[in-house]
Amino acid sequence: MKMTGKVLSAAAVVLLLGASAYGAFFLAPTELTMGIVQRIFYLHAPCGMTALAAFIVCFVGNLGFLFKREAKWDWLAVSSAEVGLAFCTVVLLTGPIWAKPAWGVYWAWDARLTSTLVLWLLYLSYLILRTMVEDPDRRALISSFYGVFIFLDVPLVYGSIWWWRTQHPQPVVFTSGGLNPEMRKIFYLSWLSLMALMVLLVRQRYELEDVRAEAQTLAQEAEAG
Amino acid sequence: MKNLGSLMAAYMIGWGVFFIYFVTVARRTADLRKVVERLKQSLTRGK
Repeated sequence: MKMTGKVLSAAAVVLLLGASAYGAFFLAPTELTMGIVQRIFYLHAPCGMTALAAFIVCFVGNLGFLFKREAKWDWLAVSSAEVGLAFCTVVLLTGPIWAKPAWGVYWAWDARLTSTLVLWLLYLSYLILRTMVEDPDRRALISSFYGVFIFLDVPLVYGSIWWWRTQHPQPVVFTSGGLNPEMRKIFYLSWLSLMALMVLLVRQRYELEDVRAEAQTLAQEAEAG
Repeated sequence: MKNLGSLMAAYMIGWGVFFIYFVTVARRTADLRKVVERLKQSLTRGK
């Protein structure tokens, strides 16, 4: 991507994030029970959904590599795993900040919170595993198998609030009458802005893998020559 | 404005994580680009 395109897309993402923050702070109605702290919802919930979307992209990348054996699929997988982990980190940090005033405790070992923490640990281990294998092809193959396996936790995280009784609230976004229409609009704007940020970060991280591969090829040429 | 501190902390931490990650990836890419340039120059000199 050319420099102008990069700057323009980054500027568009910053504008979207600014608009969603303005909506969350100044336009969204204040929730009656929790008060203004409920506005953390506009960052916390879309971040969680964006993290799951990034892990789905990672799964597609891992499957792509297993079937096609082309490095670009592995680059996509590692890029989206790292970006998904960043989003999941924000979810795990903002959740307790909201939970303390809302529930009276920072953390509860319920199905949603625990499966999300496990998800974070699994994708962290995926990235650590990659640092332990030197050969790029072998690294891509091992991490693709592992990536497909750890993806099993993603539907578990998503379904946990339907399948088990949890301290975490039941779904309000994709259910009828669960959310005030004004709140719903701001929520979708926030989700759009965070998805755009996710795409921007994955592209940037993918470029890093591209440059790393070029450096490896040149280093091999220099050694051979 | 009860819990305003919690609200501000959540947004500052959230944006902080993304900003730090963005800068880290950009720096790693820039460092690797310098390595690529150095390798290209050394290969050209070697020919």
